[in-house]
Amino acid sequence: MNKPYEAGAVNTEITDKKKRYSAGVLKYRQMGYWNGDYQPKDTDVLCLFRITPQEGVDPIEAAAAVAGESSTATWTVVWTDRLTACDSYRAKAYKVEPVPGRPGEYFAWVAYDLILFEEGSIANMTASLIGNVFSFKPLKAARLEDIRIPVAYVKTFKGPPTGLIVERERLDKYGRPLLGATTKPKLGLSGRNYGRVIYEGLKGGLDFMKDDENINSQPFMHWRDRFLYVMDGVNKASAATGEVKGSYLNITAATMEDMYERAEFAKELGSVIVMVDLVIGWTAIQSMANWCRKNDMIMHMHRAGHGTYTRQKNHGVSFRVMAKWLRLAGCDHLHTGTAVGKLEGDPLTVQGYYNVCRESHNKVDLPRGIFFDMDWADTKKVMPVASGGIHAGQMHQLIDLFGDDVVLQFGGGTIGHPAGIQAGAVANRVALEAMVKARNEGKNIKEEGPDILRKAAQFCTPLKQALDTWGDISFNYTSTDQSDYAVTPAVA
Amino acid sequence: MMTNPTGRITQGQFSFLPDLTDEEIAMQVDYGLKKGYSWQVEYTDDPHPRNTFWEMFGMPMFDLQDPAGVMMELKNCRQTFPSHYIRLMAFDSTRGIESIAMSFIVNRPAVEPGFGVVRQEVNGRSMRYTIHSYATDKPESQRY
Repeated sequence: MNKPYEAGAVNTEITDKKKRYSAGVLKYRQMGYWNGDYQPKDTDVLCLFRITPQEGVDPIEAAAAVAGESSTATWTVVWTDRLTACDSYRAKAYKVEPVPGRPGEYFAWVAYDLILFEEGSIANMTASLIGNVFSFKPLKAARLEDIRIPVAYVKTFKGPPTGLIVERERLDKYGRPLLGATTKPKLGLSGRNYGRVIYEGLKGGLDFMKDDENINSQPFMHWRDRFLYVMDGVNKASAATGEVKGSYLNITAATMEDMYERAEFAKELGSVIVMVDLVIGWTAIQSMANWCRKNDMIMHMHRAGHGTYTRQKNHGVSFRVMAKWLRLAGCDHLHTGTAVGKLEGDPLTVQGYYNVCRESHNKVDLPRGIFFDMDWADTKKVMPVASGGIHAGQMHQLIDLFGDDVVLQFGGGTIGHPAGIQAGAVANRVALEAMVKARNEGKNIKEEGPDILRKAAQFCTPLKQALDTWGDISFNYTSTDQSDYAVTPAVA
Repeated sequence: MMTNPTGRITQGQFSFLPDLTDEEIAMQVDYGLKKGYSWQVEYTDDPHPRNTFWEMFGMPMFDLQDPAGVMMELKNCRQTFPSHYIRLMAFDSTRGIESIAMSFIVNRPAVEPGFGVVRQEVNGRSMRYTIHSYATDKPESQRY
């Protein structure tokens, strides 16, 4: 188990050119899309797919088909291949292993020559790697689990417009997680009512407030109204606290022209940050990242829609791959899960996403789902965002899991506070600062966390009220997306 | 007196907690030293949120082992500028970070007048905002 499937199997590629290119249909492995001896080059893009072949389809042939359909192959032999240096254009499946504990599923490693990709284009990379191949009939399902993008390709992307280091310098906030909240209810507030929530949250002690993913420009609140009232709240709160404050103004809209118009207005009003949703698409994301670079703007990415790619374990694209693409495409904040909140996420798997956002060099880490070493070549780092069903009573768990470089967003946990929004913000900020202080003093916050919170609540009534309200709330459901790996490689 | 829930400027890591004692400050300094950071004492009488460059009280203390060195500098700074804002900042020189890793206020004036918002109405309902520090209406060194 966990040994390469049919390791060392004789390659069945047809090398006789006449036979190889006579008209008709060949197996993919005969066409040169499987090479068990292939040694990946440092400049290759490497992909790990989880594939579920249809009954009776040989796993190696299925892997070769994935390599073929995501690079040059079509269903039949074409003589026009011979006008090209076709061997270098063929992706090569080079290893297949059964997935531990998942009958019928196989991990297939595929290498792609750098010439297959356009520099600096996520749209191009994804059109190959998750294009036709995901509808290919001989596979019941396919999932892109991880990807190694070589330094040579990484350097063609500009990456995050600001990056988490410069973001902290701009905001003058160091050595602790940032605090945010999403304005609720997400739909229906007028601009004036909406701005009230922004002001209260920021004055109470949050660093950021946030538009929700589907707040754009609906009949109850035109986008310009929202921006005007929000920025009044932001500036008033900044004066009241002496801190830099921000609110993610969602500029997601129907067209690029609309988005640019909204971004310009956000800049005119002095916002430090704008926000887009993942659903705007790769090209729009890269365009907005360019705009943000040009205008000293932090770009917040709400991963709305990612579950359609990422949630099913046997089909789609893992979020760690999405996170790699988004770091290259260029966003500064990225929702990456909470592990302890209301939304999907196994703690180790979620930590893997955080590492993709923040590390200079990802090392192979199977429990966290990282299958490849990857050098980010000093690409700026993305600030991960933990949002969804978290509250002050979990502060020790959140800081223990994610460290300082994260935005913790307590929407309901701020706005739903029994004594009001400012009190909710105070509770979260006190819990945060008390926990960071205790950790730095050498306390084991994972164990002593609840006690540290209770002590802080003695001088902070809002925190006491928050703990009394939500202290026992947890979302302990089994995750649908834990990493599959063998704990110890079996000796066959 | 500022009107936010703490009644004071909330910059830095620990403004929402009761003021740290010298012993507690030394523990934070020690944490930073163990991580390889270099500490710097800075002071100002203009704590505007966008006033990045507070005055340096000496140089960053590279190659220091013992928090006592930082605490001595802090003591000197407090004696020289008893009613200024003083903060401790830790620098991390690790490649890919090369920035500030910790920052917290350790001295404040007795009264913190805070800031006002100046609104300039432009282009219809649009607005230009200025955060104005009440204290800086007076010249340097006469503000608190």
